[in-house]
Amino acid sequence: MNLKLKNIKSETLSSSNVHEIILEVNHLKKSFRDQEVLKDISFKLFEGENLVILGKSGSGKSVLVKCIVGLLKSDSGAISIFGKKSSSLNAKEFNELRQKIGFLFQSGALYDSMTVKENLEFPLRRMIKKLTENEISDKVNEVLENVGLKDALYKMPAQLSGGMQKRISLARTIAVDPIIMLYDEPTTGLDPITSDEISTLINEIQKKYKTSSIIITHDIKCALKTANRIIMLKDGEVYYEANVADFVHSDDSFIKSFFN
Amino acid sequence: MIKKDSISKTEILSTSCKSEKININSTLIRTFLLDIAYVTLFLTKVLKTMFSSNFEFKEFLRQCYKIGYKSLPLLSVTGLILGLVLTIQSRPILIDFGAVSLLPSMVATSVIREMGPMITALICAGKIGSGMGAELGSMKVSEQIDAMEVSSTNPINFLVVTRVVAATLMIPLLVFYADAFSMLGSWLGSNIKGDISFVLFSSQAFSHITFLDFLPAIIKSFFFGSVIGLVGCYKGYNAGRGTASVGVAANSAVVVSSLLVIIVDLIAVQITDLIVL
Ligand SMILES: Nc1ncnc2c1ncn2[C@@H]1O[C@H](COP(=O)(O)OP(=O)(O)OP(=O)(O)O)[C@@H](O)[C@H]1O
Ligand SMILES: [Mg+2]
Repeated sequence: MNLKLKNIKSETLSSSNVHEIILEVNHLKKSFRDQEVLKDISFKLFEGENLVILGKSGSGKSVLVKCIVGLLKSDSGAISIFGKKSSSLNAKEFNELRQKIGFLFQSGALYDSMTVKENLEFPLRRMIKKLTENEISDKVNEVLENVGLKDALYKMPAQLSGGMQKRISLARTIAVDPIIMLYDEPTTGLDPITSDEISTLINEIQKKYKTSSIIITHDIKCALKTANRIIMLKDGEVYYEANVADFVHSDDSFIKSFFN
Repeated sequence: MIKKDSISKTEILSTSCKSEKININSTLIRTFLLDIAYVTLFLTKVLKTMFSSNFEFKEFLRQCYKIGYKSLPLLSVTGLILGLVLTIQSRPILIDFGAVSLLPSMVATSVIREMGPMITALICAGKIGSGMGAELGSMKVSEQIDAMEVSSTNPINFLVVTRVVAATLMIPLLVFYADAFSMLGSWLGSNIKGDISFVLFSSQAFSHITFLDFLPAIIKSFFFGSVIGLVGCYKGYNAGRGTASVGVAANSAVVVSSLLVIIVDLIAVQITDLIVL
């Protein structure tokens, strides 16, 4: 276990001006009944970087990010966001903290009783309460343009293809200007071209909004395109941690199997 | 030898059946107790949220429209047929007793006291309960409820409280509406074989109706509404993972809320009986 775990210092990261720790996970454990999903997870997310978390299906990647945003409660371990331990915050403080985190759900999670426009307005109205109608509609148009779907404004989610839904969902997430982005499998179930577009979009969001992101995926292409640093999960633990170049040239058999 | 062997086998079989039965019983009791615990937790959560958070008025109105307005066609037809059938069925008997002039007031009493609220509640348990179970269930499965939570919106407040309050307020109104259509149906029924003007029919129908006929019916309708809303939301909100659980949620919402409506009715009738006498 943890044979190839490397201690990467921030200086070795590919984008040079990252240093501050934005998010830190320490010895996180989570089980469902007698199924131990996360055994001992620790890692750091630095300011401005794209951290890719790779792992097989069912290795607990979604559970990990859900613990980070507080949708699931971890059994033990600590999560610090902007230096504050999330377990020490009360509900109101945690809600304020959560507004700085954008979460792209694996399933998209668009509200299917609402139009695309209402979907995009929903977090805007609820998280930033003082916006005027004009500001809201400007913001909706801006994010829709960012994901290249300006015509979809009045459509229902059911009328959109899977890839379009993912992009609308992404638009909804970035609408509230999050500082940390958590992408849960942004490219799963999409064709290679659309996946590539989404990966490009993730990089553009990183540049444009200066976000620090955790990208959960088992799509190696997306990982290589977006990552500054890669973490590999196996059996509920961090199996490998490296920057992209080291990762590609690794001769570990488990990692190599991801490339085939 | 063979006999002995076979005996011991049946013995073993019967003992293993017994232990299995005990096992099944104990898991049944366990799940039943767990269910009660979960329901209590859910109820306290809903009540706490109801009194501590801002009321989502817009969503509440949307639900009123969905629960109230959208059920009108169904209840018109059901109410009309209920009155018609009651009248046609009772007419021959009343003629035998020479009491056909009591027909309107008999139908009115039974519709207002019992049939109207009961039929409305059962129909709404089917229509609204299953709708809530399926809608919230699919929102849960497709992570929409989680998405709401990360958008700083309390899903219990936004989804559950609005639906429960809307159902509680709309069902009594729907009961009135169905009652009116039943009386219309009854008048039509009286006119199939007889001839009675609407004015005469109404004055005969309401001559024996007092406020005490209405009051218990209205009060129990509020309870029917909240039971339907709570069960539908509970089943949907606590749907399992995977799409199959949406169907399960919708189905059990209907079954449980219909059953509870009947039980609440039984209790209400007993209480009314005690108080009015
Ligand atoms: N709410 C839950 N209740 C019970 N078990 C759960 C729950 N959420 C996840 N699990 C279990 O945890 C394990 C990890 O699930 P998770 O969804 O995190 O996998 P994943 O790594 O995201 O996989 P994928 O790549 O397929 O999305 C699975 O075995 C799953 O059954
Ligand atoms: Mg997942």
